[in-house]
Amino acid sequence: MTTIDTARLAGMFTAIADAISTDKDRLCALDGVIGDADHGIAMELGFSAARDAVTALDAGATEPSTLLNMAAKSFLNAVGASSGPLYATAFMRGAAAVKGKTALDEADAVAMLQAMAKGIQDRGKAEVGEKTMIDAWAPAAEAAGEALAAGKGLAVSLEAAADAARTGAEATKTMIAAKGRASRLGERSLGHMDPGAASAVTVIDAIRKSLAE
Amino acid sequence: MKTKKLINDGGKAVDEMLAGILAAHPRHLDAIPGSPRSIISRDGPRPGKVGLVIGGGSGHEPTFLGFVGKGLADAAAIGNVFASPPPDPILECAKAASGGAGVLFMYGNYAGDVMNFDMAAEMAAMDDIEVRTVLSTDDVASAPRSERHKRRGVAGNFFIFKAAGAACDRMLSFDECERLAKKANDHTFTMGVALSPCSLPQTRRPNFEIGADEMEIGMGIHGEPGVARGPLKSADEVTDEMLDRILEEMTPSRGDRVAVLVNSLGSTPLMELYIMNRRLSQRLADIGVGVHATWVGNYCTSLEMAGASITVHRLDGELQAMLDHPCDCAMFRAG
Repeated sequence: MTTIDTARLAGMFTAIADAISTDKDRLCALDGVIGDADHGIAMELGFSAARDAVTALDAGATEPSTLLNMAAKSFLNAVGASSGPLYATAFMRGAAAVKGKTALDEADAVAMLQAMAKGIQDRGKAEVGEKTMIDAWAPAAEAAGEALAAGKGLAVSLEAAADAARTGAEATKTMIAAKGRASRLGERSLGHMDPGAASAVTVIDAIRKSLAE
Repeated sequence: MKTKKLINDGGKAVDEMLAGILAAHPRHLDAIPGSPRSIISRDGPRPGKVGLVIGGGSGHEPTFLGFVGKGLADAAAIGNVFASPPPDPILECAKAASGGAGVLFMYGNYAGDVMNFDMAAEMAAMDDIEVRTVLSTDDVASAPRSERHKRRGVAGNFFIFKAAGAACDRMLSFDECERLAKKANDHTFTMGVALSPCSLPQTRRPNFEIGADEMEIGMGIHGEPGVARGPLKSADEVTDEMLDRILEEMTPSRGDRVAVLVNSLGSTPLMELYIMNRRLSQRLADIGVGVHATWVGNYCTSLEMAGASITVHRLDGELQAMLDHPCDCAMFRAG
């Protein structure tokens, strides 16, 4: 049975920040097609700020929920934009889901992931099928929950989440944007992957890699 | 290939710009202590006056902070390039602008801005500051008429903020200020056309591709693709195409009065803007619409993008009074 302490959660933010950094140019290029070309910049700024804030904490003296709230605040203040409120709300909800725990067991980790997805959905008021990051986050959270309920371990559950996110992001190519900046494009958004869904895949996959050892 | 820019470090461009703006306009502007992205008017907020807070991403200068000053906005929250500011600097603006009579948040209708300003409004409520929000939705190209509330806010902010700022400066009630702000938005129509892309200071890469002989009608002020791409035409033809879309919505009658703004998206020179304005004024005269006032220049830009927008602000007695009310801002003066 895996347990995830505060230090490993801090490591998760380093993993996400590294993965987003590597992916930055691709995300900006995706955003250039249907948006304003800055998505990779905002995501890199946000996750670098979150990583810097959480790695500066004394992990031994900090609860996971405190770390997640710190990540939320630093992400938000570094970027604003759309990704700021969305990911900040995700981490605040993740924090609420694991409040009072000193370490997360496998069910807590999945509960955190599900709370994050719910937070993004509540803040952005988007539904599946509207060509947003929710098209990756919602199926990912659902897949992780189903896998864990079926008795699979955390590694397999997070793998299911990452796969579902990838499939969901791929499906945004066939969607017409109904939320966010690209929604003014109408049918011209067809054929292009939503950059927010693309970066969600990167984030979820980095979470998988760092937590599923 | 990277674009050429006079910058030091793409990541510091916004803060270095703000430092330069504060150095240039010490009589008008100051940063709120401890909140460098919150810019406040030195002469504006006062007890009993409804506060006006505007804001949004950088890269549109002189929007937003050029419109901070007496008779217009009390404070502006400044985000990264093309990105909404986070809630904290917006909240600091609300506190600084609050005179106990309520605070109006006004900004263009973009998902990110709405989320951040709404979070700031919730935080302000906890400090007993009542906030109401009026979004600008003047970009005719960005959604059909039946979905006006989904449209983007672009250069028409100029007239919409101006009306609201005048209402606030005249010490009108919160209800009246809000009503006039909404009315100004309903009376403002903008169409834009882009000829070449801009590039973010952090990437220095053109944010879209466009052929040497093409133009994009209805392009957003962040380089979001517009409604149609077509061959570049003459100034008169492009002006006609833009104005026709505006008039179709505005349905003016002979004898109506308007104010107009011919705005550069960044690198289109005054020469071309005035050529467009020549056609615009002829066309309006032909249909018996009187032009009360005209502004031509850089009012809402998109970094170095080439292109222009036309905004028509339909006046009536009270909107004309708001427009003529004096204001004294860092980058704009009237009355």
